Parts: sequence; structure tokens; C-alpha cells
Amino acid sequence: MIHSLFLINHSGDIFLEKHWKSVISRSVCDYFFEAKEKAVDPEDVAPVLQTPHHYLITIYRGKLFFLSVVQTEVPPLFVIEFLHRVADTFQDYFGECSETVIKDNVVTVYELLEEMLDNGVPLSTESNVLKEMIRPPTTLRSVVNTLTGGSNVGNTLPTGQLSNVPWRRAGVKYTNNEAYFDVIEEIDAIVDKSGTTVFAEIQGVIEACVWLTGMPDLTLSFMNPRLLDDVSFHPCVRFQRWDSERALSFIPPDGTFTLMNYHVGSQNLVAIPVYVKQSISFFESGPCGRLDITIGPKQTMGKTVEALMVKIHMPKAVLCVNLTATQGSYTYDLPTKVLVWDIGRLNPQKLPNLKGSLSLQAGAPKPEDNPSLNIDLKIQQVAISGLKVNRLDMFGEKYKLFKGVKYVTKAGKFQVRT
Amino acid sequence: MLDSNKDSLKLEAMKRIVAMIARGKNASDLFPAVVKNVACKNIEVKKLVYVYLVRYAEEQQDLALLSISTFQRGLKDPNQLIRASALRVLSSIRVTIIVPIMMLAIKEAASDMSPYVRKTAAHAIPKLYSLDPEQKDQLIEVIEKLLADKTTLVAGSVVMAFEEVCPERIDLIHKNYRKLCNLLIDVEEWGQVVIINMLTRYARTQFLNPNMNESLLEEGNDKTFYGSDEDEDDEEEEEKDKKAEATMAKRKPYVMDPDHRLLLRNTKPLLQSRNAAVVMAVAQLYFHLAPKVEVGVIAKALVRLLRSHSEVQYVVLQNVATMTIKRRGMFEPYLKSFYIRSTDPTQIKVLKLEVLTNLANETNISTILREFQTYIKSMDKDFVAATIQAIGRCATNIGEVRDTCLNGLVQLLSNRDELVVAESVVVIKKLLQMQPEKHSDIIKHMAKLTDNIQVPMARASILWLIGEYCEHVPKIAPDVLRKMAKSFTNEEDIVKLQIINLAAKLYLTNSKQTKLLTQYVLNLAKYDQNYDIRDRARFIRQLIVPTEKSGALSKYAKKLFLALKPAPVLESPFKDRDHFQLGSLSHLLNAKAGGYQELPDWPEAAPDPSVRNVEVKDSVPEWTKCSSREKRKEKKVEKPFYSDSEGESGPTESADSESDSASGSEIGSGIGESGSGSESEESEEGSESEEEEEEEKEEKDKKKIKKELKKPVQESESEQSSEEEERKHERKSKQRKSDSESESDEDDESESESSQSESEDSESEAEVKKKKKAAESKPPSKPVKKETKKEKKEMSLLDLDDFEPAPSPQVTPVSAFLSNSLVTDLEGLSMSDAVLSPAAISPSSALKSYELLHRIRGEGLSVEYCFSRQPFSPDANMVAVQVQFTNNATSETKNLHMEDVKLQSGMRVKEFPEIELLPAGETATAVMGIDFCDSTQAANFQLCTHTRKFFVSIQPPVGELMRPVFLTENEFKKEQGQLMGMNEITEKLTLDAKCRNEHAIVQRVTTAANLSRVPCGSDRECRFAGRTVTSGSLVLATVATKEEGDAQLMVNCEKMVIGTMLVKDIHLALTQ
Repeated sequence: MIHSLFLINHSGDIFLEKHWKSVISRSVCDYFFEAKEKAVDPEDVAPVLQTPHHYLITIYRGKLFFLSVVQTEVPPLFVIEFLHRVADTFQDYFGECSETVIKDNVVTVYELLEEMLDNGVPLSTESNVLKEMIRPPTTLRSVVNTLTGGSNVGNTLPTGQLSNVPWRRAGVKYTNNEAYFDVIEEIDAIVDKSGTTVFAEIQGVIEACVWLTGMPDLTLSFMNPRLLDDVSFHPCVRFQRWDSERALSFIPPDGTFTLMNYHVGSQNLVAIPVYVKQSISFFESGPCGRLDITIGPKQTMGKTVEALMVKIHMPKAVLCVNLTATQGSYTYDLPTKVLVWDIGRLNPQKLPNLKGSLSLQAGAPKPEDNPSLNIDLKIQQVAISGLKVNRLDMFGEKYKLFKGVKYVTKAGKFQVRT
Repeated sequence: MLDSNKDSLKLEAMKRIVAMIARGKNASDLFPAVVKNVACKNIEVKKLVYVYLVRYAEEQQDLALLSISTFQRGLKDPNQLIRASALRVLSSIRVTIIVPIMMLAIKEAASDMSPYVRKTAAHAIPKLYSLDPEQKDQLIEVIEKLLADKTTLVAGSVVMAFEEVCPERIDLIHKNYRKLCNLLIDVEEWGQVVIINMLTRYARTQFLNPNMNESLLEEGNDKTFYGSDEDEDDEEEEEKDKKAEATMAKRKPYVMDPDHRLLLRNTKPLLQSRNAAVVMAVAQLYFHLAPKVEVGVIAKALVRLLRSHSEVQYVVLQNVATMTIKRRGMFEPYLKSFYIRSTDPTQIKVLKLEVLTNLANETNISTILREFQTYIKSMDKDFVAATIQAIGRCATNIGEVRDTCLNGLVQLLSNRDELVVAESVVVIKKLLQMQPEKHSDIIKHMAKLTDNIQVPMARASILWLIGEYCEHVPKIAPDVLRKMAKSFTNEEDIVKLQIINLAAKLYLTNSKQTKLLTQYVLNLAKYDQNYDIRDRARFIRQLIVPTEKSGALSKYAKKLFLALKPAPVLESPFKDRDHFQLGSLSHLLNAKAGGYQELPDWPEAAPDPSVRNVEVKDSVPEWTKCSSREKRKEKKVEKPFYSDSEGESGPTESADSESDSASGSEIGSGIGESGSGSESEESEEGSESEEEEEEEKEEKDKKKIKKELKKPVQESESEQSSEEEERKHERKSKQRKSDSESESDEDDESESESSQSESEDSESEAEVKKKKKAAESKPPSKPVKKETKKEKKEMSLLDLDDFEPAPSPQVTPVSAFLSNSLVTDLEGLSMSDAVLSPAAISPSSALKSYELLHRIRGEGLSVEYCFSRQPFSPDANMVAVQVQFTNNATSETKNLHMEDVKLQSGMRVKEFPEIELLPAGETATAVMGIDFCDSTQAANFQLCTHTRKFFVSIQPPVGELMRPVFLTENEFKKEQGQLMGMNEITEKLTLDAKCRNEHAIVQRVTTAANLSRVPCGSDRECRFAGRTVTSGSLVLATVATKEEGDAQLMVNCEKMVIGTMLVKDIHLALTQ
């Protein structure tokens, strides 16, 4: 299946290679570089490239390209999903997935890759299992290791791999037994120039953080599960119980994990928390334009909107901006032509406003299209869809557990067209 | 540093080396120094050495061999992790010389008791295959064995191996099909993907097209999809569906195979997987296999994936685009999810556009066009161009909006961006071709554009338009030609060609005005640098300018140039892509990738579904009972998988706990099918699958109790007898029965060797259990164990001096008789209370019972005996004879024992322990051992009760004087070579009409004689091997089949008498 993996940084250097079958020369990457040259944006490189003898499947994560070489027919999503899983694992192990971190931990990375794939076929991708075999580096451990000559590699059998709950470590022990769930909802919306909502939907995710002793069997139920239109689960969730009772029944992995993703149907009216009044115009005469944006609260369920931010991809011709913000601050990044206005907390009494002029490159024609606004925001303690967790029960273990649920609403792909 | 004694220094050195490898630097010079450390105790060093070794072994083959012995040692390690990793590295070293070692290791590991090791073995198969494809046949055998494995851990890996080594051997899947379907949900994600893809292909060959009856109508639908009237919408589609249903009812009703249904039902929950690849796999399965009405469920899941990483979006959108062409209705509710954001990467935008275009119909076209309008303003010019094309396609597909689109596009002509204008021109040209007469003003407008537009393709398009419809614009056309003639030399080639065309056309319609211009243009073209243009000019001149030489052709010039040209069809690039399996690399690239397996067309008629029936019953009997199959399946599927803890007694558990506990009796059951007699698994499963069959048991029990005698019912027995009941039900269908028998036998034979070592553990456990339960005294378990150990040493191919059976028994091929003992132990249990059992278990008398004492002669006491084909534990040289006493009298019988044994010289008898009391109506079983000295002489003795004595005798058929041994094909050939000449007896025979297939032959031979099957590459030959019980001489039998039932039977045996008799017996068995 997956023949080789090359990690390539933003500037096009191969800084790590791993082969699971016979060695493939790194010159195969030339085809990729060629495609990368052509593409304006790294995101525009086609994920699947065909070369005379190989197929290159690439993902772009954290300014790195994960390029895998495949020789025969294989479902492309299989490879793509796996590469993302690799990136996730790095993130999980090292806190971030960047070139420096990978270079610093090259041996651990190599050991991980060795465990994750055998002959190009995924072997163990559960982070609980991997962590049992290869311990993630911590500062404390690295100090201890240098003193005692200990190793990072577990010598125990990864029992998780053999059990019917491969995602959970065996013999977990905690003094404080805690289970926290974050219900995070993101609003995806496209708002028209005139302020009408073209399209809006809510994507939710339940992130869990579970530190429980032994083998607890948890059941999480909702007050209003009917809201959920489409769901996908962590493998630990039992489909059957969901089908029959609309409750999540699972033996959780140890630590943090994504329990479930859900989608709230577009048939439910989605509350759009803010409105935007904007006008961006470029003058026919002279190389300049005007910008005026005001944001106000719309349907915020009585909570305050926080971390409000507006991001605008300006047309190429815009050279510099001269604006004044009544609240927050703005930055304009010239090379990428991105204007970011960081507002912070939205005060309903005094609406934030950004106003000023834009100056264009002299001689360039007036851009005929207006840039669209991407809005970012956060509302604490509320799930905008109204989803509520009813209760959490634990079976199989005797102790008492601390449990908590947190709700957050964020803007996902929230776009205002101008 | 590597030579240092300190592990920490070695570790440091290895880390540096690995870092070098990672960076792609050559570290092969260090090979000798590194290889030395392969035996290092420190696990981390070891792992890094493995990494190094796998990387460079191919380049330094000789040196790599030094490390092999370490791995071979590792393969015998009691720790399964070490065994697995040793196998992994061993198989990853790509050195051709070690192919035989690898083969051996894989075979061994395939029957390892740890599922983890078996999984590793499955992974190793493709590695070996790529190294040496000649091993294919042997590897297929291993795959076959592993396919029968019931653990979820192995299932995914072995199917991957199957796909890589022998995807064409679909027959191997039959008997595992249902098991795979049922296990699917518990397999790890990656395995799920592979299994689903494989099952899609399988289902395409085995089931009928669920949309069969609609396919004709679908063609009609196609027309409305793309045709000109475009008036169909959802309702109408529904109507059509109804019509289809109506016709379906008229025609032969389509009934979905329950197995087909099973697959669809069991894959559906996986749409909820977090893994995009799994979701996609299920989606393509539904798309390719599900009835039309059910396909809709996948849309939601696919739309969800659009939230994922952009690479995932890319692949999913490609597939959605293909799907929307065939099944548009499916995605219509999700139209808005395909709306484009300015932040999407261009390739995603273009794909979304494609989907939107495919989804457009007259109900939603206005919204879509409004969206398109915003897209046209985008900064991304490639995307704008694609949008314009999409508008063009919408316009051609949906007649009502054609004018609106055209107007919109014409407005775009005044756009400032040249690319946009050019693209619009090209699209407008295509649209105008459909109804040119109405739009002469547009043509005029475009003619004016020629002054401004510089993009060659657009200019060429305009010129073509003017030329084609010059009659509509009679005044402008010559003027345009004049301008063009002026700038001819500066134009691009493509424009020049169109200028020539325009000139020619004008010349033909309006020669008065344009004659000179045309001459001028043609003259210019004559001296052009491009040969195409010169060529064209010469050709046209000949055609249109009348000279004496120009023959008949010029008359037709007008027809040639001004023929009515059909309008181009604007269609999706994704049309017809669906002949590739969706979700595959080939589909994505729209080209066949290496190793792509074509998705076969539906068969005209479904192949025999019974191939799955019976065989599955063998390997997974607890899941698929033939009686009330449908109902049970429902239950099973719903209950055990991912069910709550209280309901978690189903296969999930059996599969998992198997992997948990190495020595649990589950393991024994996991390979339960490996017993040599068909009853073995039945009895084992009986004891193991208690919970699962509770419901079933209850109903069956009632029946059974009536039939059976009153003895208290033990759990396991009742299980077994319920199974027997089951069997009886089945036997009603005659054909099925014969199938099942033969299949199971064949199965058993081929797998018997694999599971011996594992069953050992469970055996001892089972025995302990039995001792508690059974009233009769049982042979102690110790001797059995000892014996098996001895046996193993004889047979094992490896040095096993350090062999410790308890923690992790080494895998060695042994004869089938280990499990046999287990079988009979269990069997003994059931026999003690069920008279019917032997017959019920083995209807075709796999264990034939003989009468020792008739009930009339015995004054109510009837005695039967049979050869249980298990080793007689107190004495290995004796044949075990199972004697069954039934007291049919009204009074009880006491002190049953034997006396006054009269034997031929050399023969010995181990008497059965005295049965003190046999109450009226009860049955008791006892086991005795007889050493027949490899002769068929009878053993005579007296059977005594407290009142009477009966003279009885036991005479063995020659087939019972041997016990099976396991040989490989090569060993078999070698041994056969040594037993030639007088020791070889051959006979020609004509096979009985009913036993012309392999299964039947195997079954009949193994019934006639206690032999085990030897794996064989050829399918025309069946080989069997055994040893005589007393002297241990080899008995080899070969049945070679030829055309039309002709066959040759060959027996090789040192003991000629036995050989001759055996030939007779087998001959009889095969011809009757």
C-alpha cells in the first residue's frame, strides 16, 4: 500500500524519508515540486499526482507536506486519512506538528512510523496503544533518561492491541476520577451582501477529557437528541445504543479524545449571533477606496460575544490601508494582503466600527470584486443549537467521579459577502 | 560506540544512525557493526537495529544473513510480542535466500495461538509474495487458513493479504462471507476499508442486481436527465419508481439474497465512522450494490466529510460528482452544502461547481444561477472561467433558462477581464449553435468584440460563429473578414485557420463582395510558416475556386462548408467515470492504476447461494443457523455488536475474549472447526456458545427432552443436542446435507494441523470440566499431554528442546488427533445420555457404530460400539473403542464388566471400568482399548452383568487401525517415493456419481479410513496420510481423478496386507 513517506517543508526540502518496502529514490518528489511550482497556493496542489511509475498522495498540514508514494491501486482516502492520522499523532506526542519538532525528535518519529505501518499497511494507529509502546517525550523523562540511561520504548506488550477495546490502556489508575465534556459548536454560514443568510448550518463536536480508573462504561444522554441530524463517532461508541436510545454508550479511551461529531440540520433555523454592516468601495478615479464596517449583536442568546475578529482577503491591488477602529486593533499583512481586525468583546451599547481609506497600486485597474469578510467569534456557555447534555452515568466501576460539561459556540466558516 | 558494552552508548550511536537514515543519508557502511547488535538485550537498541536492518538488508544480503538466526530464535520466544516482531522483521528483510525460512515462519505463525502473531503472519504474506511470487500456491493455503480465523484482529490483515496475493480467488471468500460481514463492525478501521472494498467486488459476482427490473426504465430516465425536454423532477421520478415497481411485480419478482441484505445492513452503521476512508468505502458499496431507493442514506455522510481536511474534500467531491450524474436526487437536499466559499482552494471550488451543475434542475436553477453570479465576481480567475462553463452547461441542460444564461453571458462580454470575456465567448458560441436564428444581435455584438479581444481561442470562436451564420449578419460579415485580412499575418495559427474558413464560407454565400478578399487571404495563407495553414489554404482554393481541373468536388463545396452542424453536447467530465469502482485511485485519476481490480458486472443469474450457507455454518455455526436463518440473523446482528454491556454476550465477546485469554476455552472453540470429524466442532461449540444460543436452546430443549431420557440436562450437552436438532432440520433438505457434510470434512482436514497446539490448552481445560461433570471415570489428562508432547517432538520440524507447553505452546504441525481426544471427551458426555447422538452427529456415518449385542439377545440390554478415532490415552498402541450400553429392560442392570478375553497372539485389551449400575431406560458409555496388532482379527470376550454372560466379539475395519498424521506435500512425496514397488497398490475405479467432487471424495475416504488429508497443489488429486496404530508404519493414500468419474486409487503401505484391504475398503466407499 503505502510505499514510502517523505516529509517536505514549505520551501521544498525533504527533511525526512521513510520506506516500508524497497527504497524509492527521492527523485520521485520532483513531480511534486513541479506541481507545487505551478500552484499559487500550497493548498492548490492536487492531493493525488500521477507519475510514470508511482502515484503521489500528498497532504498539507502545518506548513508541511506529507508525501506518500503508492505503486498500486489503493483507495486514496485511505492514504489521506492515514497521513492525517500520522500528523495527529505527531501533534499528540510533541504538542505541535512542525519541522523543528520533528527534526528534534527524529528517532521517536521513526519509531512511531515503524509501529504505525507494517509493509505499508496501517498497524496500530490508536494513540493509547502507541503511547504504551513508545512513550512521548517529556522534559522530566528526558532528564531522567539521561541520568539513568532509561529508554523511551516500552517493553511491555501493547495489551490494548489485543483487547476488544484497543483504544484503551489497561490498568489505568487515578486518584481523582474526572470526566469532562466540551460541547463545541461552530456556525458555518454564508451571509449575503444585503444581510440575508444564504446558507447556515451548525457543526458540533464533543471533545472529551476522561481520567478514570479501570474500565468504566459511560453513558451520556441528551435532553434533545432529535436536534442531531447526522453524527459520527469515535470507534468506542456503540452504534446500537445510539440507534435505539439516542444515548452515547462507550468505554472511553484514556485522556483526551473526540467523542462525536454532529451536524444540526439546516431545516432548523440557525441563529446568527452578529450582523455586519459593511461597505467597501473603490473609486473609479484615483487609486484609492473606502472601507466602513460595523458589527452588532443579533441573536446571542443573552450571552456576550467574545474574541470577535474580522479577516479580509484584500484584492491584490490594495497597497496599504489607513483605518481607524473604535474598538480593538487592526493589522494589514502586505505580502498576503490580509486585513485582520481584532475586536475582542462585543459591547452592545457601543458598536465597534472600522473606517478609513484604502490606497491602491498606482496604475492598476480598479478591482471589480469586493473581498468577502471572514468572521471569527466565540460565545461561552451556550451551544447555539440548544443541545443540552442530560446526564452521564457510569457502570462497571464503583468510585465516584467528577463530571462536567462545558458549552462553547464558535464561528466556523462564517463568511459575509460584499 | 556500537562496540561498547554500555547500552546507553549503543543507543546513542543507533539514534544517530537512524537520524542519518531519516535524512536520507547513506549509512550502509556501518552494516557489520550494526548487525552485531541485533541480539542486544536492550529493547530500544534492538528496535533501532531492526529499523536499520530492514532498510539496508537488501543491499547487503550476505551480511544480513548473520542476523537471521536471532529472528529464528525470536520466533520461538514465549512472549507473543517478541514472536510477532521477529516475524515482522524477518519478513521485511528482502533477501531472496531466506524465502523458505520465511515461508516456514509464516506457516507456523499462522497457527500461533496469539491472534497478534497471526495478524503479523497475515501482514508477512504480501511481503513474501512480492519477494518471490512463485510461493503463491503455498501462500494461498495460508491465506485460506487465516481467512477462517474468527478474531477481528486478523480479519482485516488477512483480507489485505488476499487482495494483494490472490484477489481472483473469490471462492475462498464463500465460506467466510457471513463471518466477515458480522465481524466487520469490530475490525479496526483500516481493515474495514479493505474488507468493504473486497466485499463489494464479491457481491457483484454473487448477487443479482437489485435494480435489475428498473434498469430498462433507467435508460429512459437517462434521456430525461440529459435530453432536451428536461421536465422531470422528483415527483416524476417517484412516479417512475412506482411504474418500475409495477413492472417489477409483473415480471419475475426480485428477491434480495439474505446475504446481500446482511452486507448492506452490517455496513450501514459504519457510515457513522470517524474515518473518512471507511465512510467512503461504505458509500461506494451502497452506490454499487444497494437498491436505488436505499442509496440515499450515504448522501448525508458524504456531505459530512466535506467539513474535513481539504484533501478529503477533494476526493469526496470527485466521487460525489460521479454519483450526482447517476443519482441526482440523492444530493439535492444538500445543495447548499456545496456552495462555495472564497477561502476554498481552487481545485475544491471547481469540483463543487461541477457538483452544483450536475444538481441543477428547473426547480433550483434560479438559486444556483444566483450563486453563480456571485462566483463570477471572484478574484480567482480560473474559478471564474469554470463558472462560466458551468453556466453554459446549465443552459444547455435546462431549456427554460437558456435565454437568461445567454443574456448573462453576453453581459460578461463587457467584463474588463479578458479571460472572462474569452471564456464567455467560447461558451456563447456553443450555446448559439443550438438556436442561431434567434440571436443575430448577439452575433453582431460579438463581431464588434473582435477589435478588443486578444485571446486567440475567443477570436477563433467569434470568427467561426460569423462564418457559420453569415446569412444572419450579411452586412457585418464581409467587414469582419476585411479587418481580419488586414491583421492576418499577426494572428495565432488557430485564428488564421478560422479566417480561412470564414473567407471560404463568405465566398460561397456572398462571392460578389468577398471574392477579392478571399483570394487575398488565401494568398497570404499560401506563404504562411505553418504547414497546416498552407495545407488548408491549398485545399480550400481547390474546392471553392472553380477551375477546369477541379472536378466534381467543387459542386459540393457549399454542402461541405455550410452543412448543418450538430450542436455540441456540453457534458460533465465525470460522465461514465462510474465504471471505475468509486473511491478508488483509478476513479480519481480516471485511468486504470496498477493492480486495479475491475468491478465486475452483475451476473445474469445468481450463482448458487448455498456455497456460503453450508460452509459458513461450519466456520460460524453459532451465527447462522439454517433453520429460521433470517430471524436469527436479525437478532444476532442487532444484539451483539456494540451493544450494551448486558447484551454483550454475542460474537463480539467470543471473538474478543479469544484474543484476551490465550488459554481460554474460547480459543479451542475459535478453531473448533478443525477437528477431524464433523462432529468435533459441533460438540465444542456446544460447550462454548451457551449464552448465544439460549433463546434457541429453550425452544429446542422442549422437543429434545421428550425424546431423550430423563437424565439431568447439563449445560453443554443440551447445547449440543440442540445443535443436533438443528442438524436434523437441515437434513430434510437433502442436497444441503450432502454439501454440508463434504464441506465440513474438507475444511476440517485442511485445517486440522493448524490448530493442534492451540487446542491443547483448551483441551486440558475442557477435560477438567468434564471430569467434574461426567459420571464415568475419565482418563487422566496428564498422560494425554505427555503423549502429545512426545508426538510433537516426533513431528516437529524444528528443534524444540526448550519447548515449554504451558505459557505458550510452540506451534508445530501434529496429526489431527489431539483435538480428536477433546472431541471424544466431549462426545462421551453427550453419548451417555443421548442414544441418537452418534447417528445424529454424523449422518453419513463418519463414526459408524456397530452392534455388539442386540437387545433381544441381551434380554433388554443392547450394546453398540464405535471407533472413536481418538488416541487411547492409557496406551498409545491401542485403538479406542467406545462402547455404549442401553438398558431397554424394565429392571436395572448391575455390575457390567467384561471377562474371559480371547485374543490372537500379540493382541491386548484394556478393559473398560466396571459399570456398577445401569437403571432401566438409561444409557451409559465406556471406552476400552484394544491393540489389534495391525490385523483385522476379532477380539472375543464375554460381557457380564450381575445375572448373565454374553459372548461378543469386536472386529475392526482396516480403516480404523490407523491414525492420521500430518505431512506436507513434500514430505508426502518423499515418503511415497520410499514406498514403491511391492508396497504400492494401485487400482482403477469409476467414481460413484455422487462423489465426483473433491469434497465428496475426501469425505468418503476419511469415513472409510482414519486418515488425514495432505495439502496438495493439484485439484485433481486428493492425498491422505496415516500411521498404523501399533507399528506406526506409514499409510499413504492418493486418489487421482480423471475425466468422467474415472479415478485411480493408490495406496502405499509397508504392510501389504493392510494396504490391500485398505484399497478394497476405499474402493468400496468411493464406488458406492
